[in-house]
Amino acid sequence: MLAIRDLAAGITGRRILNGINLEVGSGEVHAVMGPNGSGKSTLAHVVMGRPGYEVLGGSVTIDGVELLGEPTWRRAQAGLFLALQYPIEVPGVSLEEAMEEAVAAGGGERRSVPAAVTREATRIGLDERILARALNVDLSGGEKKRNETLQLGVLRPKFALLDEIDSGLDVDALRAVARRVEEATEEFGLGVLAITHYSRLLRELRPDVIHVLSQGRIVDSGGPEMAEELERTGYAAYGTTDGQEPSPGPAPAEADPFADPLA
Amino acid sequence: MSAAAAPGGAGGATVATEALAHRRKPLSNFTSDVAGALPGPDWLRRRRLGALERFQAAGLPSESEEIWRYSRIDNLDLDRFAPATPRGADGPSGVPSGAADSHLGEVMEALGDRSALVLVGPDGSVEADVARTVASQGVTVGLLSEHPEGAELLGAIAGGAGAKGADVFVDLATAFASDAVVVDVPAGVSLEAPVLVGHWYAGAAVAHFPRTVVRLGPGARASVVEHLSSSQDDVLCCPVVELDVGDGAALDYTSIQRLGSRAWQLGYQGSRVGRDASLRSLAAALGGYYARLRTDSHLVAAGGSAQLMALYFGDHQQMHDFRTLQEHAAPKTTSDLLFKGAARDEARGVYSGLIRVRKGAAGTNAFQTNRNLVLSEGAHAESVPNLEIEENDVRCSHASAVGPVDEDQRYYLESRGIPPEVADRLIVLGFFDDLLARSPVPALRQPLRRVVAEKASAPAPSGGNDR
Repeated sequence: MLAIRDLAAGITGRRILNGINLEVGSGEVHAVMGPNGSGKSTLAHVVMGRPGYEVLGGSVTIDGVELLGEPTWRRAQAGLFLALQYPIEVPGVSLEEAMEEAVAAGGGERRSVPAAVTREATRIGLDERILARALNVDLSGGEKKRNETLQLGVLRPKFALLDEIDSGLDVDALRAVARRVEEATEEFGLGVLAITHYSRLLRELRPDVIHVLSQGRIVDSGGPEMAEELERTGYAAYGTTDGQEPSPGPAPAEADPFADPLA
Repeated sequence: MSAAAAPGGAGGATVATEALAHRRKPLSNFTSDVAGALPGPDWLRRRRLGALERFQAAGLPSESEEIWRYSRIDNLDLDRFAPATPRGADGPSGVPSGAADSHLGEVMEALGDRSALVLVGPDGSVEADVARTVASQGVTVGLLSEHPEGAELLGAIAGGAGAKGADVFVDLATAFASDAVVVDVPAGVSLEAPVLVGHWYAGAAVAHFPRTVVRLGPGARASVVEHLSSSQDDVLCCPVVELDVGDGAALDYTSIQRLGSRAWQLGYQGSRVGRDASLRSLAAALGGYYARLRTDSHLVAAGGSAQLMALYFGDHQQMHDFRTLQEHAAPKTTSDLLFKGAARDEARGVYSGLIRVRKGAAGTNAFQTNRNLVLSEGAHAESVPNLEIEENDVRCSHASAVGPVDEDQRYYLESRGIPPEVADRLIVLGFFDDLLARSPVPALRQPLRRVVAEKASAPAPSGGNDR
């Protein structure tokens, strides 16, 4: 079980998460919905341990093992995976070598990786030609999200945080990503915490539980039917309007800011 | 030990003054007697003495000169070194071998087939092994002193003779080099496999003056790889390389510098590219304590092109220092420079480059890019690009950057479960990847990647500069 308890966090002295409580069991799909500025991305990055965020209290555990205080890579090795909203370009580093290092660091077999990459690429519909490129370099928005999902399939984590995996996706790609994630819940008992602004993802990736995040708190939880309701009424019922969520880095944009690390 | 590095607690300015003081004294190890005693034909002996006179008149440069800014030249106590004693005088002769020098061995293995192998030892002894099929095409690989046109070939590009802006260390090298390696490929001849020249230097406080002259006749094609390595002795090494690419010829030139961590290098590489000819060069600087390479590329006839690349990676107290000139003296010439460096621990990287477009060189394309990764707080890199354009119809650009590993990239890799030190190694390898992909000799890509990976993943030193 992935358990988030009383998680409070912020950035540069500004409090963004005000005590989050969530429990995701193996094989379950949970969705966290909320307007811009409600703390959705902060939640994902704080759980993953991105530098720049300040944890003010609470705990995050997988099967009872505390993750807060551990570096990001150890959280990943403990079974956590984050599909980024804006996957970062890493020039000159291939998908395969990154996956090999990740698998090797967890004590797995490097030589199992190429076949796993090929298999997952077929499943998610990513061309070999794209696999030969450096990580996320010259990939379209949809290709990047398929690529994140491919990595999830290779690494087989216990729990996956999907941060706005539906942004920048066409319907076909959305469907392919959602199908692969759903299959993972059955294949290896993946627990999913899907963070999204829109309900369209949830029509493809049918969640067991939906949570509404507002002003850094879970203000409501319920069954899949909540998605349709939110679609109709918006987040106004929760007394919030869209705002800007601060992030530690430069503001992400679809025109990629990470294309050149030194420019 | 040089004066500047001596303990004594004096202030920086005083130390610098002391370091420079010995420059006013006449040199006792680099005299006309020593140069005059070197063997060779008369023309070469005369050439040496002329070069020595120019060197003595110019004196050693100092860091106050722009082209020596950021360098360690003020710390060079030249007279601490003595020129290598040529073979036959005393001491054992010995050329390197792949077995004795593991760095060279790796390169030999990676290259596989060779057109020729030349091995140069610390005493200047040379062994050349030229494939019969290559020799039968009129290709000469051997000693310059034995080449019928040796006198014309030597210094044809590295100037000397008071050429404007000539490097004093070219004159020093000309004065004290016992001979040179020449690779002469006649018109129209294409060499399939590369020519490998391996230099090995050793001996405490010994100065070495390796010299290489490559000439490609019109329409010829060749690839030359030079490998420089040394013992852990505090050697001084002043390699001078002259590359003459005839009209319509294509030369690939790669140098791999893996000197020991106490070695000084003051190197010069000059090229002249003819009409519709092309040069591709890659300098990999990985060793040395202070390793400088000045690269002057002259595009002298219409349609010539030069692709100039360098990869450098310093650790511990190393300094890699590059000064480049892309000179366009003829119309429709192209130069494309990509120098990429990394520095960790307390290492230093210096890049300073000039694109000069002469009047009349219309239709020139000239590009210059220098990027540096700084991997430790104590490491440092300088990047100084310059343009000097005397013609209107040109396309020129320069870009330079110095920065640390991108935190977002590291986070992304970490979020897959990759430990940060592994993530950094991947990012450093990735940083050099585009450059290595353009390596004139694809077979050298893997060995160079391996050295970069080793350097990137070595543990940080626990203090002191011993390796």
